[in-house]
Amino acid sequence: MGQTLFDKIWNKHIVKTINDGPSVLYIDKHLIHEVTSPQAFAGIKERRLKIFRPKQIVATADHNVPTVNQHLPIKENLSRIQVETLINNCAENDIELYGLGHLYQGIVHVIGPELGITQPGMTIVCGDSHTSTHGAFGCIAFGIGTSEVEMVFATQCLLQTKPKQMRINVNGELNKGVFSKDIVLYILSKISASGATGFAVEYAGSTIRNLSMEARMTVCNMSIEMGARCGLIAPDETTFNYLKGKPFAPKNDAWTNALNEWKKLFSDDDAVFDEEININAADISPMITYGTNPGMGIGINDFIPAENTFTVNEKPAFKKALTYMGLQEGCAIKGQKIDYVFIGSCTNSRIEDLRLVANFVKGKQKAADVEVWIVPGSKQVERQAMEEGIDKIFKAAGFQLRQPGCSACLGMNEDKIPAGKYCISTSNRNFEGRQGAGARTLLASPLMAAAAAITGKITDVRDLLK
Amino acid sequence: MKPLEIIEDFFVPLKMDNVDTDQIIPARFLKSTTRDGFGKNLFRDWRYENDDEEKPKKDFILNQPQYKGSILVAGKNFGCGSSREHAAWALKDYGFTAVVSSFFADIFKNNALNNAVLPVIVTDSFLEKIFAQNNEATLTISLPKQTITIDTTKETESFEINSYKKECLLNGYDDIDYLLSIKTEIEQYEQKSTK
Ligand code: SF4
Repeated sequence: MGQTLFDKIWNKHIVKTINDGPSVLYIDKHLIHEVTSPQAFAGIKERRLKIFRPKQIVATADHNVPTVNQHLPIKENLSRIQVETLINNCAENDIELYGLGHLYQGIVHVIGPELGITQPGMTIVCGDSHTSTHGAFGCIAFGIGTSEVEMVFATQCLLQTKPKQMRINVNGELNKGVFSKDIVLYILSKISASGATGFAVEYAGSTIRNLSMEARMTVCNMSIEMGARCGLIAPDETTFNYLKGKPFAPKNDAWTNALNEWKKLFSDDDAVFDEEININAADISPMITYGTNPGMGIGINDFIPAENTFTVNEKPAFKKALTYMGLQEGCAIKGQKIDYVFIGSCTNSRIEDLRLVANFVKGKQKAADVEVWIVPGSKQVERQAMEEGIDKIFKAAGFQLRQPGCSACLGMNEDKIPAGKYCISTSNRNFEGRQGAGARTLLASPLMAAAAAITGKITDVRDLLK
Repeated sequence: MKPLEIIEDFFVPLKMDNVDTDQIIPARFLKSTTRDGFGKNLFRDWRYENDDEEKPKKDFILNQPQYKGSILVAGKNFGCGSSREHAAWALKDYGFTAVVSSFFADIFKNNALNNAVLPVIVTDSFLEKIFAQNNEATLTISLPKQTITIDTTKETESFEINSYKKECLLNGYDDIDYLLSIKTEIEQYEQKSTK
């Protein structure tokens, strides 16, 4: 029987398998940030251990950092302590840190790929659920808890049970105004926020093949929102072209050798998946969420479902969500007034996202009573945006271009959406309070967010595209 | 870790599907650099009006004094979303030693196991039966037998747990102890795979 892409990488990284138990999985790259690492460093110290392979760890500060005046000390006490703790821990343990002020600083899932740290065939972990993003390069990448961070610190290994495997095939051409974010929100609306729990998901099909590297990352990023352990896409010319010449990508002979290995990374024709889902790209329209989990999404011209379409068990969560969101069952979502626009997060803060938005808003003006925050995913994205003059376009439109970090994706720094306010957001989670206590989040693609910024309400972006 | 065997206690019924870790412990409480003290912020925004400890939300289950006990029973897909282990730390610090649901999110399940908070997976119908009990009812969870029993009705169901993890919990071992014990094999693997 043939092997899946996942099998090939998995098998290569098994140190041993415990009888009737989990496997010991070797981890190639470990990414860390300030929020989920301090307790793991402390644990290592308490056990009087040394970090086993510090050279395989890369650190950045992203969750807590301010997105204005990054050259000044962090004002908020606890945030500053957390960031300083990371600096000290990295210095003490000889770990490469791209902290505030560093040319490479940024959201952990943005910098890994753009620096070429993320490569096909690798196993990658991070104390962060959106580690699934890196799977876009054809690697096994997944989020772990802090105890597991400690295990990787101590041994560069984790105990893992092999997940089941699912393939989601998306075929055909995308409609105008539909982007990779819409693909993944559409899949979520079909299979729900728990639809892939316990699975590793491979995305395949002509639509996925035709996506750029950055667009593929958006899809893999939200695998975790379906409950999946990880998401993967087989590497191809798009992947190789993206990686070539990146700071940490292999060079010269090493590149040729790597390429030979990478080209073997695909699911064999006779590989068997535990589950397979087929999606027709033509069925997808620009998506928007109305509820408080990412599976609660609809097409822009659809109506919020009626309560009686849910089972008895589902009703309480549905009702709670609508009350929280201040929305009505059975109503249209188009036309809903919004107060904030957030374009950022590890889902959609890369240079392509910013370019797309800049192209669209050029010569347009934001609606008067809307606040628009654009938060680039990294220092490199920020620099590129400046070089291309994107910053000026945003400024002219009344959009604020801020400095890199997680920002209003989870509101750990000052960038919070006030209670009761509506925010259309390109991030990945619309959970209650995610963007600030009481904040109401509607997830969408960067262009849908930009369209709402212009009109001040939820808008079908296609109405503004010529 | 303290060994875990039999838990016999009252339970707190949280009849809600898809409880995500942002609800269990909101992001603004993740700024600590230690593992302690998260219990007071467990379900913070469901527990208090405007973040004010003086104003508990009366309809939230943790604020209803008739519900007590060290077992939390919740709707399906408990612990979805963020990988923050702080969610498991908060449940433990608050005093929960087991969570019962028909379905757990992957990362949360691991985090709970790594902190000796036992995730007990029951069928949807058994979950309904538990929810149908009143606040006088108790549950008995036996890790050695892998069973959960509603003490008043004597209804029992068995639950799955990976045998390796079960051994760890029964003996109070954790994964690091095991991984450290095979370090030579890990080094051998490294040598082989770089060749
Ligand atoms: S941008 Fe949001 S989802 Fe991504 S790593 Fe930061 S907090 Fe997590």
